[in-house]
Amino acid sequence: MKISRFWVCVAVMVAAGLLFTGVSKNEYYFNAAYVILQATMMAVAWNILGGFTGYVNFGTAGFFAVGAYTSIALDKAWGLPLPLLILAGGAVCALIGLGLGYLTLRLKGVYFAIATLAMAIVFETLINNWSFVGGAKGAYILTPEKHLWFASYIEMLFMVMLLLTIACVAISRKLNASRLGRGLAAIRDDEVAAECAGVPTLRLKLVSTTLMGAMMGVAGAPYPFFVTYVDPQSAFNLFVAVNAIAMPMIGGTAHWLGPVIGALLVGTMQEIITVTVSSELNVLIVGVMLVVFITLAPQGIVGLFQKYRSRRTP
Amino acid sequence: MFSLDLLANAVTAGILLGGFYAAVAIGLAIAFGQLDIVNIAHPAFVIAGSYIAYILNAHFGLDPVLTGVMVAPAFFAVGAVIYRIYYAAFERTGQESLSGLAFFFGLMFIIEVVLILVYGVDYRLVSAGYIGRTINIGYVGIPLRMLVPFSVAALLTIGVYLYLSRTFMGRAILAVAQDRVALQLMGADPVRVKQFAFGLAIATAAIAGSLLIIIGPVEPSVGRQYIGRVFAIVVLGGMGSIPGMFIAALLLGIVESLVATFMGPSWAPAVAFGVLLLTLALRPSGFFGRA
Repeated sequence: MKISRFWVCVAVMVAAGLLFTGVSKNEYYFNAAYVILQATMMAVAWNILGGFTGYVNFGTAGFFAVGAYTSIALDKAWGLPLPLLILAGGAVCALIGLGLGYLTLRLKGVYFAIATLAMAIVFETLINNWSFVGGAKGAYILTPEKHLWFASYIEMLFMVMLLLTIACVAISRKLNASRLGRGLAAIRDDEVAAECAGVPTLRLKLVSTTLMGAMMGVAGAPYPFFVTYVDPQSAFNLFVAVNAIAMPMIGGTAHWLGPVIGALLVGTMQEIITVTVSSELNVLIVGVMLVVFITLAPQGIVGLFQKYRSRRTP
Repeated sequence: MFSLDLLANAVTAGILLGGFYAAVAIGLAIAFGQLDIVNIAHPAFVIAGSYIAYILNAHFGLDPVLTGVMVAPAFFAVGAVIYRIYYAAFERTGQESLSGLAFFFGLMFIIEVVLILVYGVDYRLVSAGYIGRTINIGYVGIPLRMLVPFSVAALLTIGVYLYLSRTFMGRAILAVAQDRVALQLMGADPVRVKQFAFGLAIATAAIAGSLLIIIGPVEPSVGRQYIGRVFAIVVLGGMGSIPGMFIAALLLGIVESLVATFMGPSWAPAVAFGVLLLTLALRPSGFFGRA
């Protein structure tokens, strides 16, 4: 029953997306939707490690940027088509995620979080010094002429992003309910106890970090075609990292729906504030919302909703 | 490329730089090393200190070091309030690892964005009589804008070390780091002790901030580079050991200065984070740690 409802929702979303590209002629809406979808993917990816497994990753911007720069490097070298670039971005970041997973053998909790932060800066320095992809000057990317049957390139990118996001959400949902997901939750609650109870903690953590890395790489790979100019400062933007952490925290981390709700809500709000008030203010608001939510409602919106429902039906 | 006087200059600059790093890291050595509060917003407080030094210097022409000392009590109060919130929201419920981290992450972000909103992303600097002068000893030049922060940082480190080891309150802070239940059994309130200690940690950020802006111009996002540096120093120095922290700071300063001189300044930021990653992966207790 519940499965069918989810897939009906997915079908409706895809249909709405296609209809949207057919009807709307205003490019701004596609830009805005792209940004929100990208944030959703990052939030869902972060939640797989942060929410399900309980390891905080502060280096999200690093994964995102590595995905974007993989695209740039391969595009410059061989001019590969977009689907291959997305796969490559995902693969490279999955490998980095795997490496990060092995790091969890030595590092727990806080130390792990700081190590991810350090990792992002190391990547930034490497890319700053890598002249093939533009170094600190940044790189320009030409958008290809072809865009399937869509009216413009951004419409196609939007549709690609929509499908990718739905795929990520579906994977995260599947993971949340599966045996694997319960293993991850056991690690989050008490890693030693989980290990003693026979949960293969290392293998599960490796799955978790690899999946997270791959999703972030996939989210970053189309980015150069979206902005057409990438420099290390914009790709390794702290804002990307803050969003990826704030959105699941605001939505609720334990449930797969949490980061989706958080990302759609905060992302939409950010777009509205950027247009109506100012772009600096929306950055500030995310920070304030993050702090307010984790101090006052640590379970996020999903948690608030669950509490409300359990109070009504005792 | 390689020459002896270049090496001597690089090492001298590294020692001076490292001394200054100690001033930035000392607050974290207290908060993270002693109290187990992962204050990743510490560098952001340092930048806030820099901006206050800049404002007072630009309007009243006050000496930056003097303003740092003057502002420190205000920072102390802010730190105490932040600890109260942190305690009530996270520490009491045992959620400090995940939520507490995100809390400080958000705090860092807020401080940075507010500074950008008010002052923009331009570099700010201070003026004082000693900035720009250099003492030459042989072929080694010692710029005063580095020597003054080094001296103040060294004094600060010695002061904090003596305070922690000699005074009643200082020893209470060390005690709460070792065993908070035991402290409670002795009739002391660990929350009050930690609140005081965290206030002290933030107060050092005011002084470190004034030193930072003496060394060079400051803009709001500079703080992020210091996250890696200060954590590298604190972990390398053995988590909360003040002398270990000072030695680690000097080491990092020297290595960074050597890399900047012989490989180019664009590689310098990676040094601290590389050292941090290696330390965490190979010897998480640091080189001066107990175990």
